[in-house]
Amino acid sequence: MTTEQASGWDDSGHLQVLTFDMQGETFAIEAGMVREILDRIPETVVPGAPEMVGGLVNFRGRVVPLADLHKAFGFDRTGITMDSRIIVIEFDMHGEATLVGLKADKVHEVTVLEKAATETAPRVGMRWRQDFIRCLAKRSGDFIVVPDLERIFTVGCGADAASFTQH
Amino acid sequence: MSHTDPSEVFRVESQELLEQIEQGLLDLENNPSDSEVVASVFRALHTLKGSGAMFGYEALSAFTHHCETAFDRVRKGEAAATPKLIGAVLAALDHMRALAAKPDAEAGDGEALLTSLRQAMEAESEFTPPAPPASKTWRIRFSLPADCLVNGTRPLSLLDELRALGEAEVDAITDDIPELSALVPTECHLAWQVVLKTDQPRSAIEDVFIFVIDDMKLEIEEVGAAAAEKEAAPQAAGVPEPGNVTSLADHRKDHDEQAAPEKFEARLPMAGETVRVPASRLDELLDQVGELMIAQSRLKQVSAATSDMNLRSVAEEIERLASELRDSMMFVRMVPISQLFGRFRRLIHDLARDTGKKIEFVTEGETTELDKTVIERLADPLIHLIRNAADHGLESPADRIKAGKSEVGHVHLTARQAGAEVVISVIDDGRGIDRDRVRAKAEENGLIAPGTTLSDNEIYQLILQPGFSTASTITNLSGRGVGMDVVKRTIEGLRGAIEISTVEGEGSKVNLRIPLTLAIIDGLLVRVGEGRYVIPLSNVEECVELSREQDLRSIGRSFITLRESLVPFLRLREMFATGTDPDPYQKIVVVSNGAERVGLVVDQILGHHQTVIKPLSAFHAAVDTFSGATILGDGSVALILDVMHLIAAGQKQEERLRAAR
Repeated sequence: MTTEQASGWDDSGHLQVLTFDMQGETFAIEAGMVREILDRIPETVVPGAPEMVGGLVNFRGRVVPLADLHKAFGFDRTGITMDSRIIVIEFDMHGEATLVGLKADKVHEVTVLEKAATETAPRVGMRWRQDFIRCLAKRSGDFIVVPDLERIFTVGCGADAASFTQH
Repeated sequence: MSHTDPSEVFRVESQELLEQIEQGLLDLENNPSDSEVVASVFRALHTLKGSGAMFGYEALSAFTHHCETAFDRVRKGEAAATPKLIGAVLAALDHMRALAAKPDAEAGDGEALLTSLRQAMEAESEFTPPAPPASKTWRIRFSLPADCLVNGTRPLSLLDELRALGEAEVDAITDDIPELSALVPTECHLAWQVVLKTDQPRSAIEDVFIFVIDDMKLEIEEVGAAAAEKEAAPQAAGVPEPGNVTSLADHRKDHDEQAAPEKFEARLPMAGETVRVPASRLDELLDQVGELMIAQSRLKQVSAATSDMNLRSVAEEIERLASELRDSMMFVRMVPISQLFGRFRRLIHDLARDTGKKIEFVTEGETTELDKTVIERLADPLIHLIRNAADHGLESPADRIKAGKSEVGHVHLTARQAGAEVVISVIDDGRGIDRDRVRAKAEENGLIAPGTTLSDNEIYQLILQPGFSTASTITNLSGRGVGMDVVKRTIEGLRGAIEISTVEGEGSKVNLRIPLTLAIIDGLLVRVGEGRYVIPLSNVEECVELSREQDLRSIGRSFITLRESLVPFLRLREMFATGTDPDPYQKIVVVSNGAERVGLVVDQILGHHQTVIKPLSAFHAAVDTFSGATILGDGSVALILDVMHLIAAGQKQEERLRAAR
């Protein structure tokens, strides 16, 4: 299921990422995908939509779906705080470049991950679905979760969206 | 962006030429003696050959040459445009299309096509005596329009071409050359007289001038006429007189002279006023106009809140301009549907050949205009419908006679505008759809429970179900269902609707109702809970109030009585699970999908809203109650209701409720 899109490591084993927080855990997505970081703006609820992409926002005159990764990792929906942001990324959905917003509790920085310091997600000892995680990157005693967005979106928007939040 | 690929230019041009040839051939099928059409087919072939060679499409050029040769003979009256020849050229046309798309495509069946073409031609020549190749002497006088040099005509190469036909003596006629002071060096004042001895026919001489013949003066007369052509002698006096023409070649010329001025006039304004623009640029422009509309509605909102009269008047001015701009933009994108209908004549021709049926194809309302993108997307569904009508709907000639109908089956394709919609109908006079069999099949496939009461319309709608179409046997039974779900999907993608009606034994009719344009709709903005939604105005019939009393009473049954008919209604608040309390004065918006009327209960009607439709992304592909979204004046996003799907979803919800009880 992992694709070329997800293998963004350069020759020397580096990956430039944007790190952000959800419920105190740090996540990272490839910096190349990121188009813009927005303050939280009013969101339109789409009745009947999959829980993970339940909203729409107006991003510079374009209607962009808003994805909530909190659900994918079993976090509670958090209120909007001073630090809340929407990360607009360009994502290849079924071969079509699609803009999508990700809800983040806090956005940190653009940084570089080293492939040598990453591990695949362990099969046990984790609350999260293993297939949603591309790898874990160790960093100053803690770790950063690199989610597999393609897998998450495929499952989250698919017909079996109901099984999405199982743990 | 501005760089244009020459081969792309050629591809576009060749498409048009091929289309022109095809239309011409199909016209000839009905009227084989129309020399005007023969000439236009020949010219198109000739141009295709020429520009093909110019752009390096050698294979195409070489192949086209053979077809051109065949038509040249028809043009000269040496052969007739028999169905066999037309069929052979039509088949060759497909090969030419492939060659035009891929210059280095494999020769493939090219040889076989040429063989059949040759056979068709040979079969012809038995009926018409070949022209005796006798050497004759012609006197040719011609003068070119003054601006011919500017337009790129080279008199010298014309003369060279004449020389190539035979022995030629060229004299320049210098009578028209003005005084040196009045001489414009870029204009052509010379005329020429050529005495040509050749064994080629007259038309070969005319061919030399084929590209300039419309606006030049050309006289061709025979000197020392051969015995067989004595009657042509009066021509030596100058202009050929109508009624005195004998040989077909002369007739051609005569005809040309009459036709040329007409054609010239008809073509001139076209060339001056039409511009070829890539469709993608139009799409871009439309997007920008859409953005402008959104920005304009924000401006309107801002200006409404101020007391600055200057700002307000500017805002009003911009509102007017923007809406005019939008209207012209829509108009620019409209193309007549004849573009689409033309293609189907070929389809019918092939279907008639393959099935051995006699089919008469009639189109109506070709001037009806639709948005360009809509037309393109209609092609596939219409092919399906027409193929179904001709292939399965119409009976074989023998069966038709048995049923007391005429041997020839009819397929009608009509288009007409009805309000903000265009209705396209495919009508056949075949055997119709067998209701009971459709029903039996649907029960067998588990699409409906046995014994369900269904209206006729509901039964026909079953044909459109995906589960239905995969059943292979249905095509043998009633003949419908192949790919009908594809038709349905495309039409719904265009926000259109399909209506099917049929009379057993007398034929069936499929109506496609398509909105005029895809990008902008008129809508009614409503509020449900905290969300705002747009209902397409074309679906809205009326708005009524739902009093609290009625609301409470209708817990058990969701009906209101509207002018003595019962209208069921859906509470959008419940469907969308807003979790809010209803407004004290709820409204019912009565919508219709053509067949049935349903009320939608909303909390508030906010007003009329002109809406630029933004499609929903793939993330929301599974949500079909909304056909898109739009951005409101305050920058927030509102969803556009898809009334058809909403009604269907409401029905399902009710069924679940009933089942739970």
